[in-house]
Amino acid sequence: MLKTLKRKAGSLALATTLGLGLATNASAVELTMYYPVAVGGPLTNIVDGLVDDFEEQNPDIKVNAIYAGNYNDARIKALAALKSGEPAQTSVMFSIDTYELIEQGAIVAFDDIVETKEEKEWLKSFYPALMENGQTQGKTWGIPFQRSTIVMYYNKDAFRAAGLDPETPPATWDELVAAGKKLTKDGQWGAMIPSTGYPYWMFGALSMQNDQVLMNSDGNETYFDAPATIEALEFWKDLGSKHGIMPEGTIEWGTLRQNFLEGKTAMMWHSTGNLSVVKKNAKFDFGVAMLPAQKRRGTPTGGGNFYIFEKTTAEERKATMKLIRFLTEPKRTAEWSMKTGYLATMPAAYETEEMKKYVADFPPAAVARDQLEFATAELSTYQNGRVRKLLDDAIQAALTGSKSPAEALEDAQKQADRLLKRYR
Amino acid sequence: MISIIKRQKISFSIESSAAYFLAFLWVLPLIYALWAAFHPAEYATRFELFAPLTLSNFATAWEQAPFARYFLNTFLLVTSILLVQFVLCTLAAYSFARFEFPGKSIAFGLVLIQLMIMPEVLIVENYTTMSNLGLVDSILAIGLPYMASAFGIFLLRQTFKTIPHELEDAAKIEGCSLWQILWKVYVPLARPTYVAFGLVSISYHWNNFLWPLVITNSVTTRPLTVGLAIFGAPESGVDWSIITAGTLLAVAPLLVAFLLFQRQFVQSFMHAGIK
Amino acid sequence: MKHVSTQHQLYGWLLLLPATLFLLAFTYYPTLATLAKSFFSQGTAIRPAEFVGLENYTFMLEDDVFWRVAWNNVIYALFTIPISIALALMMAVWVNSRLKFKSLARMSFFLPTMLPMIAVANIWLFFYTPEIGLIDQVTSIFGAESQNWLGDPDTVLGCIIVITIWKEAGFFMIFYLAALQTLSPELEEAARLEGASRWYYFRRVMFPLLMPTTLFVLINAIINSFKLVDHLFILTKGGPDNASSLLLYYIYEVAFSFLDQAYASTLTVILLAILAIIAIGQFVFLDKKVHYQ
Repeated sequence: MLKTLKRKAGSLALATTLGLGLATNASAVELTMYYPVAVGGPLTNIVDGLVDDFEEQNPDIKVNAIYAGNYNDARIKALAALKSGEPAQTSVMFSIDTYELIEQGAIVAFDDIVETKEEKEWLKSFYPALMENGQTQGKTWGIPFQRSTIVMYYNKDAFRAAGLDPETPPATWDELVAAGKKLTKDGQWGAMIPSTGYPYWMFGALSMQNDQVLMNSDGNETYFDAPATIEALEFWKDLGSKHGIMPEGTIEWGTLRQNFLEGKTAMMWHSTGNLSVVKKNAKFDFGVAMLPAQKRRGTPTGGGNFYIFEKTTAEERKATMKLIRFLTEPKRTAEWSMKTGYLATMPAAYETEEMKKYVADFPPAAVARDQLEFATAELSTYQNGRVRKLLDDAIQAALTGSKSPAEALEDAQKQADRLLKRYR
Repeated sequence: MISIIKRQKISFSIESSAAYFLAFLWVLPLIYALWAAFHPAEYATRFELFAPLTLSNFATAWEQAPFARYFLNTFLLVTSILLVQFVLCTLAAYSFARFEFPGKSIAFGLVLIQLMIMPEVLIVENYTTMSNLGLVDSILAIGLPYMASAFGIFLLRQTFKTIPHELEDAAKIEGCSLWQILWKVYVPLARPTYVAFGLVSISYHWNNFLWPLVITNSVTTRPLTVGLAIFGAPESGVDWSIITAGTLLAVAPLLVAFLLFQRQFVQSFMHAGIK
Repeated sequence: MKHVSTQHQLYGWLLLLPATLFLLAFTYYPTLATLAKSFFSQGTAIRPAEFVGLENYTFMLEDDVFWRVAWNNVIYALFTIPISIALALMMAVWVNSRLKFKSLARMSFFLPTMLPMIAVANIWLFFYTPEIGLIDQVTSIFGAESQNWLGDPDTVLGCIIVITIWKEAGFFMIFYLAALQTLSPELEEAARLEGASRWYYFRRVMFPLLMPTTLFVLINAIINSFKLVDHLFILTKGGPDNASSLLLYYIYEVAFSFLDQAYASTLTVILLAILAIIAIGQFVFLDKKVHYQ
């Protein structure tokens, strides 16, 4: 144990937790952790590498990290494992799964696990916007890990060709429309906002920009039919049908990046998680900007949190805490962010030397961080799968013209009310 | 008369062109997969005759997902299903073909129900069963619902029925037991049916997706199709070069086998279709 | 016929036993359990499941998505079944004719059967993608506007149908081919000498003779039209606004995404009922046909 401490002098913070670990030294603890991957790149290798580092430092803890597909798969798989009595102590799951996991009685609050003052401080070390989705009933249930926001990627070459300043991307809705009109020409659209895959997520940004959140923090009330929400959807639809700067109908989440790289659209809204891939493949000069504002700037956060499961022994919880704290150390968080494009989840990570240097060399990496100031929670309620689908369907119905935005959102609100009534 | 022949000739050539055109459309997805997989990413959606060739997409795909493990899982799955199917279906088919017992026709009718109510329809309840049995996330659980195949029982029964009684009687006189008769008379004579059913079963389970998706959780159990779906999920942004390379890797064994033995393949499938 | 001994009967049952056990566990029991579960509410850690009578069914009747996917499934069946059968028959006739490269054609037609739907879905995604996709690239040569095939509720189901037909037709072709090869070639020769057109021969001689095969293929096509949903996972996830969702996909979504097994069971009961009706129809219809032979 001394040897490992010497080797990784940087992780002195661990010493306190190691003290706790000594008591359990006699019997090795085994942890099983499920985690999802929802963006490109060999993320599994990075996670495996991190876990190996952890095991080396903590020889009395063994970690099985299981890659379980996308966010939905990871939740299903982890819950299934719990139900069937297979071991699982912790998982990275969608940050918006909190209510559902609470309802299933699957997770414990971190407040009930942290003991020392120092651990309580640690809970406060993350960006508040990233904690929102994991906090309800006055407790913290999820710790941010692979988190993202939406940013606007734009093609600077196309901006130049259209006579626009490539260094001042549109900062308001009006500017977005104006720039889009100049950029739209044969074979190139002005902007694209994806409306399959995670339409509710993109819409969270638009409604936030119109100064309207989509749900309350108890997760039992939605505001789909608020006037500002409806306005936001009307604006989205108008981009295609009225202003003609975006194709009508829905836009595929998965192929959008390719469309952008092929120069078929001059701007796209997408997850920061795509940054490294765009950087690698773009054959033109591209920029990354914060999303534009209407009444204010806004974007939902997205991505995965750590959860600890209810069915764990005190010993396992301690070991899990060690693991999570290890993975969220500022230095490691910075490394994770640089390798993947995900946000570094705490201010301290951006203060590390490596991260400072990285951001200086590649400014787009800081856009997502700067935007956190304006960020809000992602749509998350009880009955999350259903409620999310209601909103998704409403958005798609409006964009494809089968319902008016107001009509679609009112229908969705009515049905969401029906589902959420019993949680109030 | 000549004009009729001429007209027939013209109509035949129109028909052949239509046939070739349709055939072309049918292989187009494969042609595209080959194109995208063997060219660098910038040519994935762009077609230039002299675009440079590359194998790096295959290397990347192989690196990004544990294909070797997926292959092993699929192989274990397909062989275990096939072996158990052969045993179960042989016994049941023999019973239906050569034994008389009360309730036989009802039993046969009940078996045929499974032709309609396939395991795909019952994923929800079968999932509960597996989780009660503690089998979620195991290769065995993927296979179990398919092991008693009504199709296999039906096919073998039809074949066994065509085997002359005299052969069985002769074997009996020689003192063969029931098992020996089954093993030495029926099974060898039904070989073509076994081959046909085997091929149908292999290609079905090699390609099966929904139930394996539901019941597997981890790399150690996931078959190729599920691995491929996770690997190529559009959520992560579609990169056709790598996805097509992964796809080709996954289908290669079956595809190569098919191209080499296509005659036998088609023949066998045809055999399976003949009732 | 000699007297059937008890031992003989016993053997008959014993041989059947292993298969029966499997069918009991994974076909009959789950069928009945599904029916039972559809009368209970979904239990969670906070609320245990309780008997709710027909509540799940009334919920279903008021569920717009259910009606949408049911309707979609009807359309899906009405198009995939006849078109894939007709194509299959045409392919079989071609491959069985004097076509020059018939083994090549046969191979091409049969190819989709060997490819997993989940894998080819990504390739089809490329075909359908607006602007950069193959279809749009081809049509733009002729000056056509870019079309958002999968993003438009009017075209998306059609796209899904096309893939299914592509997947199925070659498989069905094999059954027709098998049947065609049992027809004697003299039949066609005789018809030709009589001056009958190929179409006439096909319509009056060949097609009636292929009737049993058509029925067999028909059953398979019907089953597939309720079972084949793999491509939805990659291509559309049922969207936009459920325009391409099918019953089985919706069941999957409800059960494993909404974690509502009770309602998923209710939907499964409907699917089982549809299949049962078809099965009964098949027995009645096929029985009649069998008498002809």
